[in-house]
Amino acid sequence: MLRLYEVDLSSRLLLGTARYPSPAILTEAVKASGAQVVTVSLRRESGGERAGQGFWSLIRGLGVRVLPNTAGCHSVKEAVTTAHMGREVFNTSWVKLEVIGEDETLQPDVFGLVDAARILCKEGFEVFPYTTEDLIVAERLLEAGCRVLMPWGSPIGSGRGLNNLFGLQTLRARFPEVPLVVDAGIGLPSHAAQALELGFDAVLINTAVSQARDPVGMAGAFAQALAAGRAAYEAGPMEPRDLAAPSTPLIGTAFLA
Amino acid sequence: MRILVNGASREVRAADLSGALEELGYGGAVVATAVNGEFVPATDRPAARLTEGDRLEVLAPMQGG
Repeated sequence: MLRLYEVDLSSRLLLGTARYPSPAILTEAVKASGAQVVTVSLRRESGGERAGQGFWSLIRGLGVRVLPNTAGCHSVKEAVTTAHMGREVFNTSWVKLEVIGEDETLQPDVFGLVDAARILCKEGFEVFPYTTEDLIVAERLLEAGCRVLMPWGSPIGSGRGLNNLFGLQTLRARFPEVPLVVDAGIGLPSHAAQALELGFDAVLINTAVSQARDPVGMAGAFAQALAAGRAAYEAGPMEPRDLAAPSTPLIGTAFLA
Repeated sequence: MRILVNGASREVRAADLSGALEELGYGGAVVATAVNGEFVPATDRPAARLTEGDRLEVLAPMQGG
């Protein structure tokens, strides 16, 4: 069972809701994935079209928990204000905190992230910071009051998987008690399985599902991969070694030369 | 008076935020508001006075990753 801020979840997948071919496919993909948490955002609403109202009613109908993000925020003030607005609209103290530092890679501005996290945690938010695998930043985020960390696997939407395996493994080893969610960069179910085999608690995925040829099929594939990855972690993977070790016993080998 | 609503210039008659939202077609909608970059909670909207040139942001739930 995964526990994030006192909420128990049986699924280890947090699913994004953006870039699906249609609302119907989004709905089916969420169901196929088994996700109990979906990420959402806030964007400008037109008084004429009121597009956000339909989307919100669709999400409420799914019966899942929402994790509002601060996507697109480049400053502490923007992120904190967006978090306040999200808390009111979505009626949750959860926030996926993003403070973007650079547009090409969407790399987090970890300095702004720590500052914003400190403000929001003091105000009672339960912050899910989108961060890098940097150990010292992780420490600062925990000191600021975060009780979950979300290191990137690779840049958002890149689908490149776990880019810095050593860094991620070190982070896992350094903070064994903190729920760690790999957020961003996961492109394939095998990447998600790998994250869980390494002991990460969950993954947050969007593009890998929404941009698949068959998002519903891919959502199901991720659900299976996560179950396999977690089961493998719990079963205790073997230690890798450099040289071959015969698996068939040598004793009793026939002399046939 | 003219104010900027989500970046577009609009004419509104109401002097308070609640009235302006109603007038602009947001009546009953689930939205969050900010004026000149500062969040205005829903409970504060009736008392929030608008002045010429204010920048109003009206945000609603949207898809996100």
